[in-house]
Amino acid sequence: MSVNLTLLTVMGALYACGIYLILERSLTRVLLGLMLLANATNLLILTTGGYAGLAPLFHQDTDPGQYNDPLPQALILTSIVISFAVTAFMLGIIYRTWVLARQDEIQDDAEDRRVAKTPSFDAEDDSVVPVETSEFPLTMIGTDGQSVSDVPAGAEATVTVADRTLDAEAAASEEQPGSRNVTIPGKEGSGQ
Amino acid sequence: MNIASFAPLAVILPLLGAALTFLLIRNSRAQRTVSIVLLSLTLLLECLLLASVWEGGTAAVNIGGWLPPWGIVLVVDQFSSLMLVVSSSVSLAVLIYATGQGMADGDQDAPVSIFHPTYLILVAGVSNAFLSGDLFNLYVGFEILLTASYVLMTLGGTGPRIRAGVTYLVVSVVSSVLFLIAIAMIYGATGTINMADLAVKLADLDQGTQNLLHVMLLVAFGIKAAVFPLSFWLPDSYPTAPAPVTAVFAGLLTKVGVYAMVRTETLLFPGDTFNAPLMVAAVLTMLVGILGALAQSDIKRLLSFTLVSHIGYMVFGLAMSSVAGLGAAVFYVAHHITIQTSLFLVTGLIERRGGSSSVDRVAGLAKLSPLLAVLFFVPAMNLAGIPPLSGFLGKVGLLQAGIQLGTPLAYALVIGGVLTSLLTLLAMARVWNRAFWRKPEDAEHPDPVLLAHPADSATGDRAGKTNVTLLPRTMVGSTLGLVIFGVGLTVFAGPLFKVADQAAVEMLDRTSYIHAVLGEGARVPAISEPEPGTDPARLPPASGQERK
Repeated sequence: MSVNLTLLTVMGALYACGIYLILERSLTRVLLGLMLLANATNLLILTTGGYAGLAPLFHQDTDPGQYNDPLPQALILTSIVISFAVTAFMLGIIYRTWVLARQDEIQDDAEDRRVAKTPSFDAEDDSVVPVETSEFPLTMIGTDGQSVSDVPAGAEATVTVADRTLDAEAAASEEQPGSRNVTIPGKEGSGQ
Repeated sequence: MNIASFAPLAVILPLLGAALTFLLIRNSRAQRTVSIVLLSLTLLLECLLLASVWEGGTAAVNIGGWLPPWGIVLVVDQFSSLMLVVSSSVSLAVLIYATGQGMADGDQDAPVSIFHPTYLILVAGVSNAFLSGDLFNLYVGFEILLTASYVLMTLGGTGPRIRAGVTYLVVSVVSSVLFLIAIAMIYGATGTINMADLAVKLADLDQGTQNLLHVMLLVAFGIKAAVFPLSFWLPDSYPTAPAPVTAVFAGLLTKVGVYAMVRTETLLFPGDTFNAPLMVAAVLTMLVGILGALAQSDIKRLLSFTLVSHIGYMVFGLAMSSVAGLGAAVFYVAHHITIQTSLFLVTGLIERRGGSSSVDRVAGLAKLSPLLAVLFFVPAMNLAGIPPLSGFLGKVGLLQAGIQLGTPLAYALVIGGVLTSLLTLLAMARVWNRAFWRKPEDAEHPDPVLLAHPADSATGDRAGKTNVTLLPRTMVGSTLGLVIFGVGLTVFAGPLFKVADQAAVEMLDRTSYIHAVLGEGARVPAISEPEPGTDPARLPPASGQERK
């Protein structure tokens, strides 16, 4: 099977440009890249049909080997229609992005950023219980008569959160809704 | 007249429904009726299809009377019909849920009225992909469902949805282009795209070409199925869509990718050439996915990560290419479609009742709505694999198959599988503790909806709104139905496992499939590399078939 070198070169160039373009942040360039990729693939399918031959209309006198293979062309037709639909939809999306954000760029995911910034320390799961919460506070005495509590008797109970050291009582109150360090985040990204 | 010859109706009925609902776009009541009735009819037909192949056997339908290697064939076997029944049951439940949501919120707005036609086209695409016996028709099925999913993903056109839609669209188009390139290469190498014919002809190619084509297909399907290195797009795009849309995507779309991978591994390229890389991908998918889930505070995002993670179990079963492993994978796919969809539907309800889907913002739901707590708890424990439930049975099947195989990699997968199961339990327990068990006042940033105390605690009336509006009966009812369906998978696990094992035997044998499509006389090539260490579960290669 001989392959048409021109088609092959064009296909390679289309793939190269297409891949370059979809790596851009600008949506219009991404769209152009996708279109080039789709067209390069169409050329590839055409190439698999082998050499160009006669139109595949049956005639008694024609040798079967002279016909062109019609199947790749049917496949190309289908894939052209599909890429047309995708291109139209993508154009709609680009227009909508422009209307909403006034920019032709892929936006970052707000929730991703938020999760990335979340400290590994979780107040609910990880903090030591700051003060005796029992109703009948008793100094715990070990077998050797020493106090086994984390907090030395008489010392102020403190909690270290991130890089701040807080009073235990203050730290407990900070977890309450409405306290000053509980920030209400911006609108949730759910869109609901 | 065989019932299997009506198989094309599984695609045509939803498409017809899409056309009708599009015509009825001004009349939402008629739209709802038409779509629910037609989807129920499709489900009925698919149940009949499953019943017709329940005892085994494969049926093929030639579209338009064109003979197989040239024309398009639809193939009904146990695996495809089981997938059809499960996917349609789930889609019907989600459709009822979505109409309930539409009725509660008032769906007179223009964008929502295109939900029904688009949704039915999505169902048609999924059915087409499951039934297709032709590689290009599989591509068309994928494109139908993807194009519908682009529209559903960006429904309403708000900022976050458009942003998520762009990622989803570009990744999907790239994977489709890869699939199309693979099809072109396969056609160039063999001159056919009929899957049964390919099963015969691909075996004649030299090993290098086979490996190249095999990898191209696996990468294309791996993106669609969200297998680890190719799964980055899923948690980024799924959570922003409306709750019913996310639910149906989570249930169906990745599973279509898994289905295509199963067909590639069993029908087109049997043997164990790529079993080791697939096993590595499986264990990484499981672990990386579930570790991602543990970092999330939004329930929808968390569930998207568990979705990725549990795809790993299916790839695990597939990569062993033994009857036990593949059978367990088939069962696991059916289980996971149902459970993952019910969890997303419950999350939609949590969002309505608690005002948010973030565990920092909701709390105390177990007291506010005990029914919701039960609806979440049952599928969550099922997903984690707590003993009597179907998640446990599927995982046990996979682990048994792994131990039966006995290679070091298989043991690594078994350990990874158990670890993932435990971490899933941890992730689910965190959601449970935070969203359901603690007091509303303990939430980090309690949502106003949550704290608004009902004026009359007996009826739940508050500020002109009632609990009925927060949790419409239709939505709760369809979620309940799906949860019960999930429990039903546990109750009927015996027969299901039997049919899954039979499907695995037939898929690994390939004779039934190839003969159904190409006729009784077709040659079935022997599987290229019979495994030296004789695995008792592995079938002897179907050799000694007469040439055509």
